[in-house]
Amino acid sequence: MHSNKYIVIYSTVMVILVAVSLTFVAVGLKPIQEDNIRIEKMQNILESVHIETTVKTAIDTYKKYISQTLTITNKGTEIAGVDAFSVDLSVELKKPAEQQQLPVFIATLDDGKNYTIVPVRGKGLWGPVWGYMAFKDDFNTVYGAVFDHKGETPGLGAEINTPMFELPFDGKQIFNADGKFVSIGVLKGGAKPDDIHNVDAISGGTITSKGLEKMLNDCLINYEEYFKNKGKI
Amino acid sequence: MNDNTKKEREPLFSAKNIKLLKNPLNFENPVTVQVLGICSALAVTVQLKPAIVMALSVTIVTAFSNLIISALRDTIPSRIRIIVQLVVVAALVIIVDQLLKAYVYDVSKKLSVFVGLIITNCILMGRLEAFAMGNKPWPSFIDGIGNGLGYGLILVTIGFIRELFGSGKLFGIQVVPQAAFDAGYVNNGMMILPPMALVIIGVIIWLQRSKNRELIDKS
Repeated sequence: MHSNKYIVIYSTVMVILVAVSLTFVAVGLKPIQEDNIRIEKMQNILESVHIETTVKTAIDTYKKYISQTLTITNKGTEIAGVDAFSVDLSVELKKPAEQQQLPVFIATLDDGKNYTIVPVRGKGLWGPVWGYMAFKDDFNTVYGAVFDHKGETPGLGAEINTPMFELPFDGKQIFNADGKFVSIGVLKGGAKPDDIHNVDAISGGTITSKGLEKMLNDCLINYEEYFKNKGKI
Repeated sequence: MNDNTKKEREPLFSAKNIKLLKNPLNFENPVTVQVLGICSALAVTVQLKPAIVMALSVTIVTAFSNLIISALRDTIPSRIRIIVQLVVVAALVIIVDQLLKAYVYDVSKKLSVFVGLIITNCILMGRLEAFAMGNKPWPSFIDGIGNGLGYGLILVTIGFIRELFGSGKLFGIQVVPQAAFDAGYVNNGMMILPPMALVIIGVIIWLQRSKNRELIDKS
């Protein structure tokens, strides 16, 4: 039988050794991991304007199509000197509304038109959900939407990142005929085909769907002023 | 320590060691015979690629945790041995997880929490307690690889069946020709859902036991 002293020293030394080696691994691999995350973000942004890329082509394609990035306040005024790509939306959304820095990405596609892409972020059932919404030059009609999640239930809530859920967003509008911001609803039981403000929810993924609806409302409303000024709605 | 064993060193791949490697593939398979590690076998086998990465990760973690624990086995205080085992396993799993995030990011996203859950995989603790604590490092290492591969064999088999019949693909490449779909073939949507993995494991267990009668429980 080992003495208490031995056990205490043994566990202390072991834990320190493990901690040091894990620190080395984590710090050593961090640059590569961060590159992966940046590339994935570029791929997501491009996907919202329906451009598919591979990991290898993502950086070049991003440079080719994303013509301008800017950061704005919720009043729609531009903030100078902030790189929109590196803005962390999860941090910004915790700040009071008037202090938030909101990224905007502008893509110029092969048809010569500009599309405005804004990030959205919110809560699903198990963890964060996020996405990018691309709008046509009327700053009202959705051109494309892409969503992703940290750990929603596979086959249920996790379906939000499939085309089956994302494609119906195309052509939906976030302002109604009177120019009032109405966001896009996610309807349980299905939206009518001619409904331009709602899409179908996911059966079995009610909480994720509700969270996504709230995310769209909460995030897009920050861009209301900017969109209204630009789109003259 | 027993010094006399060093004089007559057994070869690295003696019959005994080969047995350690081969038995877990069949007669002592951790999944189908010992019925351990079922949870992850259901979760990561929708496609072949994540199944293979998961199998490799588990093999690496079992082999090295067996090796490390076996090397330390005479110094580990028995009162905290489970904690020591857990710390070693957890450290290895975190290292594997970090490597996956750096080099196969897309797969690591698919495996998501299941890499972290290797820590709680019963196969690991089972091998550490049952084998590594009482055997020398090299046989323990082999035992770890054997059990990892035994687990992997089942995972890859299930992954193969589920991806082939569930999405008509292997490694994400279409293998069922378009002509078959045109002729009315449809993918079996059930295969995508976790319960089918359990059914496939059941079928594998049935096949294995009908071939090896000695595996059937006496009771």
